[in-house]
Amino acid sequence: MNYVGIDIGSTASKVVVEGDKKEHFVLPTGWSSKETCEKIKNKLLEMGVDVTSDETKVVATGYGRIAVDFADHVITEITCHARGGRELAGGDCSIIDVGGQDTKVIVVQNGMVADFQMNDKCSAGTGKFLEIMANRLGVTINELFDMAAAGEVIPISSLCTVFAESEVINYIGEGKKREDIAAGVVDSVANKVVQLAQKKELGDRVILTGGLSHSIYFTGILSDKLDQKVESEEFGRFAGAYGAALLAREKKDRRR
Amino acid sequence: MELIKDLPEVFEEFAEQRQKSFLAVKELKEKGVPVVGSYCTYFPKEIAMAMGAGCVSLCSTSDETIPEAEKDLPKNLCPLIKSSYGFAKTDKCPFFYFSDVVVGETTCDGKKKMYEYMSEFKDVFVMELPNSQREPGLQLWKGEIIRFKEYLEQKFGVTITEEQIREAVKTENKARQSLKKLYEVMKHDPAPIKGQDLFKVLYGSTFKFDRSLIPGEVDALTAKIEKEYAEGKMEEKKPRILITGCPIGGATEKVIRAVEDNGGIVVTFENCSGAKSIDKMVDEDAEDIYDAIARRYLSIGCSVMTPNPNRLELLGRLIDEYQVDGVVDMILQACHTYNVETNTIRKFVTGEKGIPYISVETDYSQADIGQLNTRLAAFVEML
Repeated sequence: MNYVGIDIGSTASKVVVEGDKKEHFVLPTGWSSKETCEKIKNKLLEMGVDVTSDETKVVATGYGRIAVDFADHVITEITCHARGGRELAGGDCSIIDVGGQDTKVIVVQNGMVADFQMNDKCSAGTGKFLEIMANRLGVTINELFDMAAAGEVIPISSLCTVFAESEVINYIGEGKKREDIAAGVVDSVANKVVQLAQKKELGDRVILTGGLSHSIYFTGILSDKLDQKVESEEFGRFAGAYGAALLAREKKDRRR
Repeated sequence: MELIKDLPEVFEEFAEQRQKSFLAVKELKEKGVPVVGSYCTYFPKEIAMAMGAGCVSLCSTSDETIPEAEKDLPKNLCPLIKSSYGFAKTDKCPFFYFSDVVVGETTCDGKKKMYEYMSEFKDVFVMELPNSQREPGLQLWKGEIIRFKEYLEQKFGVTITEEQIREAVKTENKARQSLKKLYEVMKHDPAPIKGQDLFKVLYGSTFKFDRSLIPGEVDALTAKIEKEYAEGKMEEKKPRILITGCPIGGATEKVIRAVEDNGGIVVTFENCSGAKSIDKMVDEDAEDIYDAIARRYLSIGCSVMTPNPNRLELLGRLIDEYQVDGVVDMILQACHTYNVETNTIRKFVTGEKGIPYISVETDYSQADIGQLNTRLAAFVEML
């Protein structure tokens, strides 16, 4: 048997296979979730995993979860991240997930989601904010983080991404160092994430998942601001897909 | 009365009641019956009913008139207030158009200031609702109820007798009792019907002008639901959700759908569209009927009251009686009192009652359907 977790995010689509095969890969979501699903299906087939077979169970999650028409179950990213995060942390923990359009904080107690919080209808404090600012500075998100690590924070006070972009444009106009602007951008995201996280009782262990989860620089800033260690996770980007694959194995027949 | 129609058909009829009443209100006017429009559960409708007026809930649940309202009102105001004002200003609400007087209350700050603008183009009678439920507040509110009676007498050249008021009290109590018996069918586990269908009846019943007809129709519906339940017709067993918070209706029914499309079932509404406006009766035998009406309405557990113990009392009772698995608190954007109160409700629900709680902030747009679905699906999954 193979258990496939597919996490169609707003920016990237992540796939994890558990069971006879062990695989994982990531694709850009692009403009069409449907097309991405086809690509995933074909890529899995190349790896010898046939999603149409009875020997394969698929759980879809992420904002594009309903586009995965070959899924056996559809489960929200909250539940999937909680399952994957718990596995990565090796037990109860809190998960901070900075995604492409959502940032969420999930508290896992006794192996289950006890509480969660998502950002409001606004892209501040999400990957989208970083993406827009990185574009404005003419670098990739990874380069943005490298630059930020070498810079001094200059404050970006706007809570709105659109206004914050104007602020960044002003700084560029004033001839401020790119490194310092980058540091300000990352700091702004971290502040917003911490604001969200502080609304919950986080418990002893906190891990970071999502596209930024491998960044020790970012977890360092979060740890300082939260006054609590936030662990980086090398596999954190796949937490949702990994959780979905695990849930595919655990959910026997309940189709919904 | 026995119902011959199938349940889905009956639910749809109630859902269409609002539209049907457009014609009914016109007919009332043509017969010379006064029409009194209102927005809020605090409106003591027995007083208007006593003089034979038709009472109607005015349009306030769609975003179509919000852009017009925003010409006069700030953008970051609660959608219910903006929608109400927009419908009034554009004359798109037939009920408003045919109302001889609109009754408002000094509930929240946004509403009372909005009524000042509304009174520039409509007869608006604003009742001063106290901020708290202590004795001086009660006396003030009783005085306001009497002032409202006198206003109606003067405006329509009638005399409203105590007997007429007592009759109206009895009629409205009977309607409440029937609606209460209806929503109590949801105590069954699994639930007999969907929360969406229950809602259609509760909401539709607020547009019935002849309140004396409600018991007959609603009792027959309750009997039919119970009969079918006994025969095994019911919903699947699902996580049982209580909805509390701001009033729901029209655009915000998206919250009920988001719960029920994602594996949950709404078994009870604590808000103004449900138990909050129906649960308590007026004491029919009280010596002072004005005092009895004042007590009944002032005891409503709305977040505009400080402190607001009655909301917790009703919430706790409903959680126990309906075996609720999780509480969804719906907050309309910029509704300060309900928004501030979420913390109290969260503590009460998760602490004292030991069940999960989520608050969702929304408005009348459909822009957040995706986010609502994700949040509420995840909430149902964790139950």
